Amino acid sequence: MTEKKTVGMYEVFCRSGKQTRATHYCAGCGHGIIHKLITEAMVELGIQDRTVIVNPIGCAVFGYYYWDCGNVGAAHGRAPAVGTAINRVRRDAVVVSYQGDGDLGAIGFNNTFQAASRGEHMAVFFVNNAIYGMTGGQMAPTTLEGMKTATSPFGRDPLTAGYPLRVCEVLNQLKAPVFIERVSVADTRRIMQAKRAIRKALEIQRDGKGYAFVELISPCPTNMGLDSVKAALFCVEQMEKEFPLGCLRDESAAACARAPLPAAPAVNEYFCDMEQHQAPMAEEDAGFHELRLKFTGFGGQGILSLGICVAEAARLEKRYTTWFPSYGPEQRGGSAACSVVISGRPIGSPSVDRPDVLVCMNQPSYERFAKDVKPGGTVIVDATVPLTVAAPEGVRVVSMPAIDLAIKMGVPKAANTMMLAALAKLGVTGLSNEHLLTALDASFKGKPALVEKNRLLLSEAEAWMEKNLNV
Amino acid sequence: MTKFVKGNEAVVIGALYAGCDVYFGYPITPASEIAHAAARWFPSVGREFLQAECETASIYMVYGAAAAGRLSMTATSGPGMSLMQEGISYMAGANLPGVIVNIMRAGPGLGNVYPEQGDYNQAVKGGGHGNYQCVVLAPASVQEMCDLTLRAFELSFRYMTPAIVLADGLLGQMMETLVLPEHEQPRPDTSAWAVHATPETRKNLITSIYLDAPAQEAHNLRLQAKYAAMKADACHEAYLCDDAEMVLVAYGICSRIARTAAEALRASGVKAGVFRPLTLNPFPAEALSATLLGRRAMVVELSAGQFYNDVILALATVGGRCQEVGLCNRMGGMVMTVDDVVEAACATMRK
Repeated sequence: MTEKKTVGMYEVFCRSGKQTRATHYCAGCGHGIIHKLITEAMVELGIQDRTVIVNPIGCAVFGYYYWDCGNVGAAHGRAPAVGTAINRVRRDAVVVSYQGDGDLGAIGFNNTFQAASRGEHMAVFFVNNAIYGMTGGQMAPTTLEGMKTATSPFGRDPLTAGYPLRVCEVLNQLKAPVFIERVSVADTRRIMQAKRAIRKALEIQRDGKGYAFVELISPCPTNMGLDSVKAALFCVEQMEKEFPLGCLRDESAAACARAPLPAAPAVNEYFCDMEQHQAPMAEEDAGFHELRLKFTGFGGQGILSLGICVAEAARLEKRYTTWFPSYGPEQRGGSAACSVVISGRPIGSPSVDRPDVLVCMNQPSYERFAKDVKPGGTVIVDATVPLTVAAPEGVRVVSMPAIDLAIKMGVPKAANTMMLAALAKLGVTGLSNEHLLTALDASFKGKPALVEKNRLLLSEAEAWMEKNLNV
Repeated sequence: MTKFVKGNEAVVIGALYAGCDVYFGYPITPASEIAHAAARWFPSVGREFLQAECETASIYMVYGAAAAGRLSMTATSGPGMSLMQEGISYMAGANLPGVIVNIMRAGPGLGNVYPEQGDYNQAVKGGGHGNYQCVVLAPASVQEMCDLTLRAFELSFRYMTPAIVLADGLLGQMMETLVLPEHEQPRPDTSAWAVHATPETRKNLITSIYLDAPAQEAHNLRLQAKYAAMKADACHEAYLCDDAEMVLVAYGICSRIARTAAEALRASGVKAGVFRPLTLNPFPAEALSATLLGRRAMVVELSAGQFYNDVILALATVGGRCQEVGLCNRMGGMVMTVDDVVEAACATMRK
C-alpha cells in the first residue's frame, strides 16, 4: 500500500520553525478538524491555486503553517476588511476569512456586518467555542449565560455582561448574504454536515456568487477546563441550546456570478476627453503687480463661483493664480468666502489677509473684512448692506445694487454676475474684460441658455454703473 | 495638459497616473473631496473605488490590496488618521506598500476642520506601535499634491513601507493650475512576494508575526536598515538661501507663507530665504544643517514646535552651528499671516 500524498496542506509544517507533522493545537481542539475540512473541500473543488485564506489572530494565527495556498495575516477583527480588498482586486481569488468569536463577534463585528451587508465575495468560517483561546480563556461575545471564564469568574451575568451573541441570526437580517449555516464539529455526524456546509461556501466562491457564512461550534478543552470528550459534549448539550444548528439561508441556486468589469479608457485618454478648453501656461511678468481679492457673502449667492470665474480669467491671461474657499461648517453655517490671488510670478501664500479688492454681498462679511482692505484698495458692497463701519482711509467703497438688479432681471441667483460686471467696469482685477467674459461663458458650459442671459445681465449692470457711478 | 483643480482632486490625479488600482476611504472634512473625486474618476478608468465603513476598515483594505500585490490608497484627516495607526503599523511590519494621504485639521480630539500641522510627530515618528517609519512627503502646492502622491507610490514600493502624503486643509481646498503627468507609470512586478491567487504566488505569505524573539529582533534590524537606506531620497528646496542672513524653515502651506514673507523681508532690507523639506521622512538633515550654518533661522509651523524640534535635532545630529533658531507658529486652525512671519523674523534677527 502506498502512502497517500498530502494535498492542500503542507506535508511537514516547516513554517513553524520545526520539522514537524503535528499541529500546535491542543488535544480535542476543533481547529485542526476545521482546517482539514477546509483543505479537503478546497482540493476537491480544484481551487487550491486560487484560494487566499485570511489568517486571524488567536489560536488559528498560524493557519499558514498548514494551508498550502495563498495566506495573508490580518489584525484582530480586520479579516473582513482585508478579504474585501483581496476579492475586489483579485476577482478570480477564492477568499476565505477564518475567524474566532472574539475576533469576529467583538472587536471586528462591524467589519463582519458591513462586509456581509456589501455581499463581499468571500467565505467566512466563524469558529465559535464560546471563549477566548490564545488570550487565555476570557469571556467571548458567545460565552453562555452563567459560564465562568477568566473575566467572568462568577459566571456571565447577562445584566452586566449582556447575552451570548447569535451571529448567524444577526447576519440573517441582511439582504446580501447568499448562504448562512451553523454547524458543529463535536462528533462525526456533525463533522460530516460541517464538511458539506464548508464545501458549499467554497463552491459559492468558486462560482463568484457572493457572501457565504458558516459558523462552526467547536470545542476548546483547555479553556473550557474539560477533557476532550466532555468539551465535545458541552458543545452538543450546552452550546447548541443557545446556538441551534441548521441552515438559515441558501440562495446559491438563484445567485448569479458577478459581472465582469466594463471596458474603460486609459487615464490619459479620460482626462484629455474631459478637458474642453485649455488655458495657456502662466508666464512670468515682473511688471504685473500681485493682486489679492476676497469674495464674501452668504452661501447660495454664488460667491465661490464668482471667485473661480475671476481665477479662470486670470489663467486665460497667463497669470499665476490661486483660489481658496472657506469650507466645512463655516460654509454650511450660511457664510461663504473665497480668496483669489493673481500674480505675475509663482504665488506664495494663497490666503488673503489684506485684500486689494473686497467683494461683500452681506452685512456680516462687510463688517468683518472691510477694515482689512489695503489703502488704495476697493470694496464693492451690495446696496442692501448698510455701511455701518467705515472702510480704512484711502479705500474706495462702491455700493452696487447687485441683488436688486438681478431680481429685477428675473434671475435672482445671478447677483454674482452683477458683481463680476462691477469688477470689470471698475477695472480693479487687472484682467481684460474679454477674458472675464470668456471665463463667465465657460462657467456655464453645461447650460448654454444661460450664457446669453448672463451677457444681458452684464450689460444691464454696466449701464447702471455708467449712469450712477460715472464709470 | 492643464486643469484648474483643488489640491484634494490633484491627489487623485497623481494616484491614477501612478497606477493606483484601488481607493478605499471614509469621508472626513477637509479631505472628503479626495473621496468625491476618486468615486468619480477611479471607476471611470476601470479602477476600483470603495467607501469603507470606517477608517480602520479603510487601512486594512489598503493592507489587503497591497497583500494581493495591487497599488492602493486611502485619504483622511486627523481623527481618521489616528484610527489608521494600528493598520499602518501592520503594513510596516508586513513590508507592505500603500499610500495614505492626511489632509491635516486642527486637534486634538474633534478639534475643527481648519488647517493645522499637528499630526507631524504622528506621521514622521511612526505613529502606531513598534519600531517603524513611513515615508512622509510634504506637498506645498496643487501641483505637488499630484506629483508627490505619485512619488509616494514610487517610494512606498521602493522601500516596501507605507508612504504618507502629509498636507493640510488649506492645500486640500485651494485651487491652482495643475499640469497633468505626461504618462501613466508602469505597475511594479509584485509576484515575488504578493498573494495573487495564482499557482506562482501560492507559496507567498504576508504576515507581521515573529513569535520567536530573536527572529522578531532580526526583522526589526532589517526594517531599521531599510529606513537608513531611505536617507538617499531626502529632498528639499531652498529659495533665496544663497546670500540669506535669515532662513525661514517651513514645510507645506507654511512654506508658501514663508516665501511671501521672505520677499517682504528682502524688500525691507533683511536678506531672507526659505528652506523647505519635500520629504519629512527621510528628513533632509545634512542639507538643512549646511544651509543654516552661521545664519539665523526661524521655523514656521502650524503646530506646537513639533517640526521645530526636528530642526534642532537635525542641527544637533549633523553638528551644524546656527546662530539662533526662532519659532513662529499658530495652532487650532489659525494660520499666521505674512505680517506675523515678517515680525517674528525681525524679532529673531534682533536676538
